[in-house]
This record gives sequence, C-alpha cells and structure tokens, in this order.
Amino acid sequence: MGLTLSVSELKKSYGGTVVLDGCSYRFEGGGVYAIMGPNGSGKSTFLRLCALIEKPDSGKADFIEEGVVIEHGLALMRRITLLLPSVGVFNTTVYENIAYGLKLRKVNKAEIEHRVLNAAEMVGLKDKLRRRAVTLSSGETQRMGLARALVISPSVLFLDEPTAAVDAKNSKAIEEIIQNIRHTLKATIILSTHDAGLAERAADTILTLRDGRATAL
Amino acid sequence: MDLIVEGLRKAFLLIFSLDAGLMGIVLLSLRVSLTALLIGTALGVPTGALICLKEKFPLRHLALNILNTAMGLPPVVVGLFLYLLLSRRGPLGALGLLYTASAMIIAQSILAFPIVASLSYAAISAVPPLIRQAAMTLGAAPFQTTMAIVREARYAILAAVMAAFGRLSAEVGAVLIVGGNIAGRTRVITSAIVLETDKGDFSEAIALGVVLLSISLCVNIALYFFSRRGRATGYLWA
Repeated sequence: MGLTLSVSELKKSYGGTVVLDGCSYRFEGGGVYAIMGPNGSGKSTFLRLCALIEKPDSGKADFIEEGVVIEHGLALMRRITLLLPSVGVFNTTVYENIAYGLKLRKVNKAEIEHRVLNAAEMVGLKDKLRRRAVTLSSGETQRMGLARALVISPSVLFLDEPTAAVDAKNSKAIEEIIQNIRHTLKATIILSTHDAGLAERAADTILTLRDGRATAL
Repeated sequence: MDLIVEGLRKAFLLIFSLDAGLMGIVLLSLRVSLTALLIGTALGVPTGALICLKEKFPLRHLALNILNTAMGLPPVVVGLFLYLLLSRRGPLGALGLLYTASAMIIAQSILAFPIVASLSYAAISAVPPLIRQAAMTLGAAPFQTTMAIVREARYAILAAVMAAFGRLSAEVGAVLIVGGNIAGRTRVITSAIVLETDKGDFSEAIALGVVLLSISLCVNIALYFFSRRGRATGYLWA
C-alpha cells in the first residue's frame, strides 16, 4: 500500500533565486496526483526534494504509514523512487538496467528474473532485454526507466515529466502503463506534467505550483 | 646492421629455446611490474573516485595538481629517494628491503599510483550526473552509488591501467637504483638491457628488447580485446 506524504513549508533556492517558497501539501496513501505549472515553477525541484535525493533549505517531507512517520534513511529510500525526464542509462543490457534496484536489495536470482520479465512485459520491452540499453530509442529508454522503477514495487512513485521527451505513440504507451500500474502497484503516484489531458486522465487530484507554492485545483 | 640482424636471430633462438636465464628475468619483470600495477590500481582508482565524488573534498585542485605533476615523476628521482629511505642508514633501513624485488615493487607502485589515480579521476568525472541520480533514485546506498559511477567509467579506467603498465614495463631508473641489478634476484628486462649494452653484448640486449616489446604488445592486445568486447556487449569480462 502507498505511503502518505506530508510536505510542510518546503523552501529551496538556487543562487538567490527562490524556487519553492513554503510549499505544503498532504498526499494521501494510494492516491494519484498530478502537479502542473509553468516552466521554472519548481515541479522538478519539488519532486527531487520529496524523493529525498536533494535537501531543502528548510521544511520537511514526512512519509507516514499507519499514522507513524517513517524515519529518513536507506530503508525509506528503498520504498520510494523517482523517474527523471532524462533516464540515466547504465552501460549494460536492458535486463541488467531493470534488475539493478533488485540487486541492490539482494533479491534472489530467480525472483529477479521473474520480476524483470514481468516489468519488461508491462512496458513492452520483453523482446529487448538482451540489448544494450544505450541503443534504445528515447521512448524505449523512458519505458525502460519506468520498468526499472516498477520492478522494485515502490510504495511511492514520483514521475517527473514522464511523457515530455517522447513521441505521441510512446506518450500514449506510457500513459497506459501509468493507468495500469495504479491498479497493480497500489502505490502513491505523484507525477509532474505539462500535459493537462494526461493529468486529467491519470490523476485523482491535480495541483498547480505557482510562486513556489502548491494549490489543489 | 649486422649487429641488429644477429641480435634478432639470437633473440628468437633464446625465446624459442626457453632459455632459463631469460625466462627468469622475464618472469621477475612480470612479477614486479604486475604486482606494482595491482597495488597502484588498488590505491589509485579509489583515490581518483574519492577526489572526484566526495563532496567538499579538501584542497581538490591542489590534490589534482600534485597527482598530475607526479604522473611525470622521473623514475631515477623516485629510485633515489627510495634508496635513501631504505639504505642501511635510512629511516626504513631496518626493514632490509634494499636490493630486493620488494623494493622494486614499491618503487614501481609509486610510479603507477599517480597515473592510475589521475586518469581515473578524469574517467569518473566524465560519467554523466544522471548515473548518480539514477542509482540514488533506485535505492543505492552512498557506496553503491559510487560503485555504479565507477562501473560506468570502467573502460576509461582500463585505459588508465594500460597507460600505467606501459610506464612500468619500460621503466629502468628506479628498479636499477633500488634493485641493484643482481643476477637471479633483482635483474629485470630493462636493467638487463642496460647491462648487456654496457658489456657490448648487443644481441642479448636486442633479444631482451624483443621480449619486452612482445610482452607489452600481448598485454595491450588483451586489454584492447576486453575493452572492445565490453563496449560492444556492455560486459567487461563475461
């Protein structure tokens, strides 16, 4: 089941430019949320801070399970994941890329194979598992990134502009995958997008980020 | 010209007859250079990674400048300092290492370390930042993140190791000073070439030169093969 994420008074500046100015919101466990906003409104920064790969200047992001706040640390980091708009591709096979998170978690080999095959099938890359990942197209790379995130069954899945860098066909495929995983994964899903259609179709709640603050529409 | 032809003829005779003296020199040379390369790599790669990846590494630019300068360390200078340290009246004289293979390994490790460290730093800093982020977002601990980045730089690091091996296999100044060129104990290919040339036995010197070049060629072909195969398949060894 997805974790609840309570964000309070998040502030972040880069070189004197305020990006987030006291952003607060509570994302309920298992919900699907879309964050919209103009370029430079801080959507990516917000997701990076929530996914704990960057530290805020002030404020906090608490992950809550059954009313208890989970302490920040590696155990929590392994229950959340963020798919970036540009997927960092490890120079190895597609299979090894998807299996990476499972290997970190010391999952046994048979289980890794089973889960990688399932994830690859879900994103339509089952026949490309032995290919070098760096030879994939941008749409396939994005789908591989999605499989890499899905395979670890995260409790919270952050998707930063998941359809921004792909063509219409891949965009539709990725949207279908997102629709599919909201039922199978039962994770809390928070995605940022410029695509109002995607936000409406995929999310239960749409937020806008403006002037460094989040507001529900 | 006759000398060279005669030298080459003798070289092939010595090599194909597996001459015991020659084999002893070759094996010792390989033992010294490969052990030093292993030590230089074991210390150099983590050092390059540390300087590159540790946030707020103190005096990063100074450390890099020192490493870059040390890449060009004259072997005779390294040999001289090590000689002074290891000689009977030196601070490490009690260890009794002077004129042993161990002293030669230490000298060559000192020469290999800055090459591997500096070129590893360059290799690791060329890895795109997305790799670090990808590893972190998939739940990698800090050490696992570092390993993911170093793994991405593996082909360039292999090239760094090849460069260091080239330097060690051709090095003569340091091993001559701290090894003493003692037959059967510390005589390696390069120091033997110096001796045979001094004696005027050019054919023996040429034979050793051919062996030295052959070893370098074989090692470089092997490393090139692994590197090419790795780039093509994504796997370095499998």
